[in-house]
Amino acid sequence: MVAALTLVERQFALVILFAITLCGLALVVPSAGTEDPICFHGLLIMAAGIALSFVVINGYFEPEPSPERLTEYFDDPTKIGIILAIAWAVVGMFVGVWVAALLAWPDLTIDAAWASFGRLRPVHTSGVIFGFGGNALIATSFHVLQRTSRARLCDQLSPWFVLLGYNLFCVIAASGYLIGVTQSKEYAEPEWYADIWLVVVWVVYFLIYIRTLQRRQEPHIYVANWYYMAFILVVAVLHIVNNLAVPVSLGSAKSYSLFSGVQDAMTQWWYGHNAVAFFLTSGFLGMMYYYMPKRAGRPIFSYRLSIISFWGITFMYMWAGSHHLHYTALPQWVQTLGMTFSLMLLVPSWASAGNALATLNGAWHKVRDDATLRFMMVAAVFYGLSTFEGSFMAIRAVNSLSHYTDWTIGHVHAGALGWVAMITFGSLYALVPWMWKRDRMYSAAAVEVHFWLALSGTVIYVIAMWNSGIIQGLMWRTYNDSGTLAYSFIDSVVAMHPYYIARAFGGLMFLLGALVCAWNVWMTIRSARAHREVARDTADSPILVPSGATVMAKE
Amino acid sequence: MDHDTFVAFAKSWGLFYLMAMAIGVLLYVFWPSNRRRFDRAKNSILDGEDRPGSKGNGNREA
Repeated sequence: MVAALTLVERQFALVILFAITLCGLALVVPSAGTEDPICFHGLLIMAAGIALSFVVINGYFEPEPSPERLTEYFDDPTKIGIILAIAWAVVGMFVGVWVAALLAWPDLTIDAAWASFGRLRPVHTSGVIFGFGGNALIATSFHVLQRTSRARLCDQLSPWFVLLGYNLFCVIAASGYLIGVTQSKEYAEPEWYADIWLVVVWVVYFLIYIRTLQRRQEPHIYVANWYYMAFILVVAVLHIVNNLAVPVSLGSAKSYSLFSGVQDAMTQWWYGHNAVAFFLTSGFLGMMYYYMPKRAGRPIFSYRLSIISFWGITFMYMWAGSHHLHYTALPQWVQTLGMTFSLMLLVPSWASAGNALATLNGAWHKVRDDATLRFMMVAAVFYGLSTFEGSFMAIRAVNSLSHYTDWTIGHVHAGALGWVAMITFGSLYALVPWMWKRDRMYSAAAVEVHFWLALSGTVIYVIAMWNSGIIQGLMWRTYNDSGTLAYSFIDSVVAMHPYYIARAFGGLMFLLGALVCAWNVWMTIRSARAHREVARDTADSPILVPSGATVMAKE
Repeated sequence: MDHDTFVAFAKSWGLFYLMAMAIGVLLYVFWPSNRRRFDRAKNSILDGEDRPGSKGNGNREA
């Protein structure tokens, strides 16, 4: 990895790592000797900086990469990003099954603060959304950006900075939850120092996009890049505004938000819903608009429609967040605004889902035979279903039944498992053989097994939560003749128990699918390595053949 | 600017700017001379090339 960096880039890498180590020290010094968890995070950051410095120093005197490299794409960060995404998927989904089991069988808990439900749950949500989803987005965006621009990434250091820096953020976040660090904002739990670090990483990420697009060899910027750029740009804006806070002191992990009361709630759900829109939708639509046509061997059904839905999604989602705050202190007209925009959102959402399915129209035999393409097809169907459900649930009267119940959890997982994870697995199965120069995944049967595990797991999970949620909602609003509530809260908890068992089982199936995926990707990489070694042993004059020539010869 | 003025402004001009944006997007999408560039974009991702700048006509306006 270090060998691919130029000498100047290696020097820059060392300077950056030294600065990161100093930042870690700056957190440790004021908090040393106190009980504050920021001390642990400072040490963690220092350890990351020092460990990576050793990696760079170890490769520092390797020969510089040849100018030949500029005639190829730079895929090393994409490869590592894929591996990290799958590792986070396994961790995040495992913790998900764990917390689901804790809800079904509360006696399973062990008597330790770190293992309590409230600390484990954000490890699950951040692990799957930011760890799995985020790494998959970074890895695929670098790949799609280069191919659609026909330009190599702008340099070799900044992609590594983004990928590894982002994972440092994820590790700080997940480890922080376990030791009790949180600012108690949904999907924005990490505290101020982690938030500042993420801003730095994110700005560099956006600059990579802009700098590479400036070098593009195509007159038009392919629509997938627009979606990826909306993801990067809007997430930056959301993250900065929602995390405006003042730390108690430089030696304390605790901070207080600049907002209070209903303004805080509105800011949080403006962030929260747009995290769904721009983290969990926009970037993954970018994935879909590239990998689905590629895999199906057919151009997107309507390119114009993809642009119209892009602007529709970008501008309408911004206003939908207040539907999370129906029947609260938020002014009624703001609630109505959020509800109206949520309903209008159905138009661009279904335009995207329909565009995807119409692209596959005429290639259904491929969908039948190819589980990878079937992952993408099912993702588009779930995208259509969950966006319809979301618009429906945003209606104030429907929300009065669904809000605070498991219906919301079911809806989120229809989107997260059915849409986000399915399109990601489909894209990764298309991308992995490509990156490691193999014709196909190691085992096609394993992809098939993963597909059916994932689909059954999702269906079981979502149906269990629909049942549970609607029962809960109805029990909470049933009155008896004397005008008091017919059921106590614990009655509704007892009624949910069978569905919680079903949900844990569905989640377990989804986790097993992810494990099959991890094995399959690992074996594909191993077979690629074995293949390369055989080729090296048998070739006559390997040194005289430029590495790119074999790729061209194959095509 | 008090709260009521701000709300009135947001309620009226917010609508107009969204309509203007929608019209702008539709004009861009259906502008006749953009047709070839969109067709090229949607088809060019499917060629098998896997090297930077590899398409012969990549530098030309389509």
